[in-house]
Amino acid sequence: MRVQLSINGDKYEADVEPRLLLVHLLRENLRLTGTHIGCDTTHCGACTVLMDGRPVKSCTVFAVQAHGRQLMTVEGLEQDGKLHPLQESFMSEHGLQCGYCTPGMLMTSYAFLQKNQAPSEDDVRTAISGNLCRCTGYVNIVKAVQHAAAKIAGGA
Amino acid sequence: MDTRTTPEVGGMGHSLKRKEDPRFIRGRGTYVDDVQLPGMLYLDIVRSPHAHARIVKIDSSKALAVPGVLAVITGQDLAKYNLHWMPTLMSDTQMVLPVEKVMYQAQEVAAVLATSRYAAADGAAQVEVEYDPLPVVVDPHKALEPGAPVLRTDKKDKKDNHIWHWEWGDKAATDRAIAESDVTVKQDIYIPRIHVASIETCGCIAHFDKVMDKLTVWMTTQAPHAIRTVFALVAGHVGLAEHKIRIISPDIGGGFGGKVPVYPGYVIAVAASVLTGKPVKWIEDRMENLQADSFARDYHITAELAAKKDGTLTALRIKTLADHGYTDAAANPSKFPAGLFHVCTGSYDLKAAHVEVDGAYTNKPPGGIAYRCSFRVTEAVHTIERMTDLMAHQLNIDPAEFRMKNFVKPEQFPYKSALGWEYDSGNYAGALKKAMDMIGYADLRREQAEKRARGELMGIGISSFTEIVGAGPSKHFDILGLKMFDSCEIRVHPTGKAIARFGTKSQGQGHETTYAQILAEELGIPAKDIQVEEGDTDTAPYGLGTYASRSTPVAGAAAAMAARKVRDKAKKIAAHLLEVAEDDLDWEPGKFTVKGVPGKSKTIQDCAFAAYTNHPQGMEAGLEAVSYYDPPNLTYPFGSYICVVDIDSGTGEVKVRRFVAIDDCGNIINPMIVQGQVHGGLTMGLAPALYEEISYDEHGNVQGGSFIDYLLPTAVETPKWETGHTITPSPHHPIGAKGIGESATVGAPAAIANAVVDALWHLGVRHIDIPITPAKVWKLLRQHGVTD
Amino acid sequence: MIPAAFEYHTPGSVGEATALLARLGEDAKVLSGGQSLIPLMKLRLTTPRHVVDINGIQGLDGLREADGFLRIGALVREADLEESSLVRSRYPLLHDTCKVIADPLVRNLATLGGNLAHGDPANDHPATMLALGAEVVAVGPRGERRIPITSFFTGPFATALAGDEILVEIRVPVPPARSGGAYLKLERKVGDFATAAVAVQLTLSAAGTVENAGIGLTNVGLTPIKATAAEAALRGQRLDATTIKHAAEQAAAAAQPAEDLRGSVEYKRDLIRVLTGRALRRAAERAAGQ
Repeated sequence: MRVQLSINGDKYEADVEPRLLLVHLLRENLRLTGTHIGCDTTHCGACTVLMDGRPVKSCTVFAVQAHGRQLMTVEGLEQDGKLHPLQESFMSEHGLQCGYCTPGMLMTSYAFLQKNQAPSEDDVRTAISGNLCRCTGYVNIVKAVQHAAAKIAGGA
Repeated sequence: MDTRTTPEVGGMGHSLKRKEDPRFIRGRGTYVDDVQLPGMLYLDIVRSPHAHARIVKIDSSKALAVPGVLAVITGQDLAKYNLHWMPTLMSDTQMVLPVEKVMYQAQEVAAVLATSRYAAADGAAQVEVEYDPLPVVVDPHKALEPGAPVLRTDKKDKKDNHIWHWEWGDKAATDRAIAESDVTVKQDIYIPRIHVASIETCGCIAHFDKVMDKLTVWMTTQAPHAIRTVFALVAGHVGLAEHKIRIISPDIGGGFGGKVPVYPGYVIAVAASVLTGKPVKWIEDRMENLQADSFARDYHITAELAAKKDGTLTALRIKTLADHGYTDAAANPSKFPAGLFHVCTGSYDLKAAHVEVDGAYTNKPPGGIAYRCSFRVTEAVHTIERMTDLMAHQLNIDPAEFRMKNFVKPEQFPYKSALGWEYDSGNYAGALKKAMDMIGYADLRREQAEKRARGELMGIGISSFTEIVGAGPSKHFDILGLKMFDSCEIRVHPTGKAIARFGTKSQGQGHETTYAQILAEELGIPAKDIQVEEGDTDTAPYGLGTYASRSTPVAGAAAAMAARKVRDKAKKIAAHLLEVAEDDLDWEPGKFTVKGVPGKSKTIQDCAFAAYTNHPQGMEAGLEAVSYYDPPNLTYPFGSYICVVDIDSGTGEVKVRRFVAIDDCGNIINPMIVQGQVHGGLTMGLAPALYEEISYDEHGNVQGGSFIDYLLPTAVETPKWETGHTITPSPHHPIGAKGIGESATVGAPAAIANAVVDALWHLGVRHIDIPITPAKVWKLLRQHGVTD
Repeated sequence: MIPAAFEYHTPGSVGEATALLARLGEDAKVLSGGQSLIPLMKLRLTTPRHVVDINGIQGLDGLREADGFLRIGALVREADLEESSLVRSRYPLLHDTCKVIADPLVRNLATLGGNLAHGDPANDHPATMLALGAEVVAVGPRGERRIPITSFFTGPFATALAGDEILVEIRVPVPPARSGGAYLKLERKVGDFATAAVAVQLTLSAAGTVENAGIGLTNVGLTPIKATAAEAALRGQRLDATTIKHAAEQAAAAAQPAEDLRGSVEYKRDLIRVLTGRALRRAAERAAGQ
């Protein structure tokens, strides 16, 4: 089947099997390997991308469902060589260790901060409750998201 | 934090931002599954639904008819090359692919090779296997009963399921001390099977290049050199010599011990690549990872702790049954089949102790690897901290006071424990006091009394653990004969920058930053000017890898020693440049100065340039050194954790209200990274304490074989960890550092378990096994007459 | 983790969709949010030869009050329900329920319609709809029909929908004044199915007695359970410790839990008792506040 979509602002077109999972389209066809696979039961969230602005688990979407849609992956966060405040905050607040869950955390947080500009700690914890991390214990991820929120509010 | 270097240099004590982060936050890490090679084939594995069964027939015809499927590999195929069995890290044997029978549910039975991931999956779904079920042995106690079915029929002369018996300590003295003590508490403790479940599963790409006659394997491994040597020893007979094998451990998405063993999938992929000459990728999915990869824990413990009636602990006696699954594939130093379990006298000055462990075979996946806990140290700490708390409660002595009374005192270090370990340094009372102050211990006890009077259930639990890491001195430590030194090779370039390679392999611990900081401290070269590499066996010096918190104690020491060799040579160069004697030179980070002559100095960068352009005659050019560090002892990080829980008497839910962790890992390289390790470790202590368990029904069917039932905590379940530290350097370590990665996973479960028992003690509850689920607590409450 | 191959259809209208389903029969599955279907397909627990994606059909995502009902289109995403101020203020039971469906990411795709049509007794909305006295609007080649929620769930993973019908709308009666509701779910962690959960919807009289009570139980039977005896015991009664205790015990008696890794039969039954009591209290507070 033909699928046409926009990925990080660029147009893309391919012929794919209906059963091709979106995460595989991204990783193998588009060679955007920043989106990761961590489970097979839609739990871990390592595969989180934005579809029409909403964070979704790309392992539980068929690529054909993304036809006509706008997709954003972690590779789309940096614009014209400038990192997004979330990317800077994850670095400054030590919100990552092995880095494997990080793209998912970033994409979920990116969408979240568009809806909630001054989140409490509990707000952030709930927002990322679909993204599992084994390394950080979440404390610094929460700090990073709140730190980025403050940066964005301050005009970053 | 005291620092000797400026933030620009970034030596010890600076919370330097991590050098590895820029690629990860851009999604530009290179994990094994990210690598694609031209002509790459895919492997998918067919797995057994039975826990114990004879293989009657494997019919690959339907699978071979699936478009894209090239081959179906079975044990019979591998047997032709004698690759169907391989050794384990504990010198037992394990199947790569079975010929006669399967011995655990989800065991690898056949492998499908195809041109795409999807075709391989379709092929695997079409392989038809006929099994003849055999009696299943799931209970390790039953496994050791006379008349139990013998599982390892492959071992000639094996008539039972007993693997080994191991004991340590003075049995007679311990028996006597217990008999003579005023009070003894005895408790059965079961620490169930759990799984590290790093977010990245295991996998590899094996690429045998026929033209270059070289095998390259990208692999999720924590110990690339050991893997290379093992492959050379196991597959040498099919022409794989060690210089023709390259293991590349790229970015690894979490290890925690789960990426130490050699899994059958790796070997099958290598065999497939050697046979086809094409790259072969094998990436397991999550259910395979949980159901077939090496587990941790599964210890059935009976512990007895004795004391005088004034609360002085006297003796400890432990008997343990270790369930190893169908083969002993633990990853322990070879002399210690129960790992470092005999650190179980813990932080207390126990005069007599005896430990015995028996290993048993059952129809379960093999293992006994560490889940972020050195080697069996969580098991040891959980036991002693539960028992200590039990004794304190039994004697009606406050558990903090009880611990203070029995701690090894600072003046007793280096301390020789009753089980033979020489603890390097410690200040146990200092850590506990700091934790008590931070959490407001006295106020909490008052609050608990008030709540108890109202029928509300609140508990306070303490865990004052001593960790044992940094394996290890060559006298006692080896894995498959390979001594457990580690290495650093540093080369300084003419323009004063450097590259340093190590025998360890970070899976998120931040080595690219922390090792650079150690070198920056020793040499004064800014950390940002030092490129750190690990994981490619073609370039990195030999090492035993990263697990059991050994990197800082062993490779970190090697870094310091190699840097000092570089500094010694640089000093000679500086003396030559300044035309003075070496003894006339002082050193401050980055600079040699002439004693008493301000302004007359040479930087380390000056020396580096001169090493290539103006080296003294009679001296070799260049500025580099390598150190293979054989540690004189292990290191003993320690800490005190205090946990406050509130229990819902209606639902049985346990809520961790507060958790204070005071850790001491000696001198701190990067406080930010250390704190991050503690946060993560605590969360991997919370998880087994309240959520995680892999169990089996009587047919050997796994329960908890996916993330539906194997419960990893989310940010909502995870409390806001409160952390602090004390600093008690290791006297034998070149930079006084001890290692921190696993302390929190070792110490936390006991703090939580102790808190829950503390909350319920007045009802008559004495013990609860982890995971402490709401269902378990509810049952205890109702049994003790408590309802909502 | 790789589904079996299938043919993919994207009908542009309800009529096209039901015609497809009629033609393809048992070999077809409807795809709405996909957050239940696709995981099953990835594990090959279901291998439909045809997948009928209804996400392209216009007009199935409305959310408004009209004709005495809150009318929720079958394709309304859980996240949108959760964020709706209308739902939060006037249908607190429904709002509570949305917040505990899976996790926030799944809720961006999962639909209320799918949650009901999937027929899983472990899903959360069925009990809530039972408590709310909702009805489901189904459309097939034979036309449109309204199915009371009490007739909708016929067995585990089985509903009253015919193979060629799709669910287009859920209608919740607009509650009278002095109404309130609450959903309490015990889950082992965020994202889990309920160990047990209770949905309560109450309407109080001016005198403060219970005019109407709806109580639905999640994941303690082969289908979601309407605790009719508990509801009847409350009608006309003032809510106090005794009447709440009695109703909670009745609800527990109505539960038919099975033992699994989440807990024993006794535990789940007692959870129903505890959660019913707590949900009644919270629903009553909210009803009084209305």
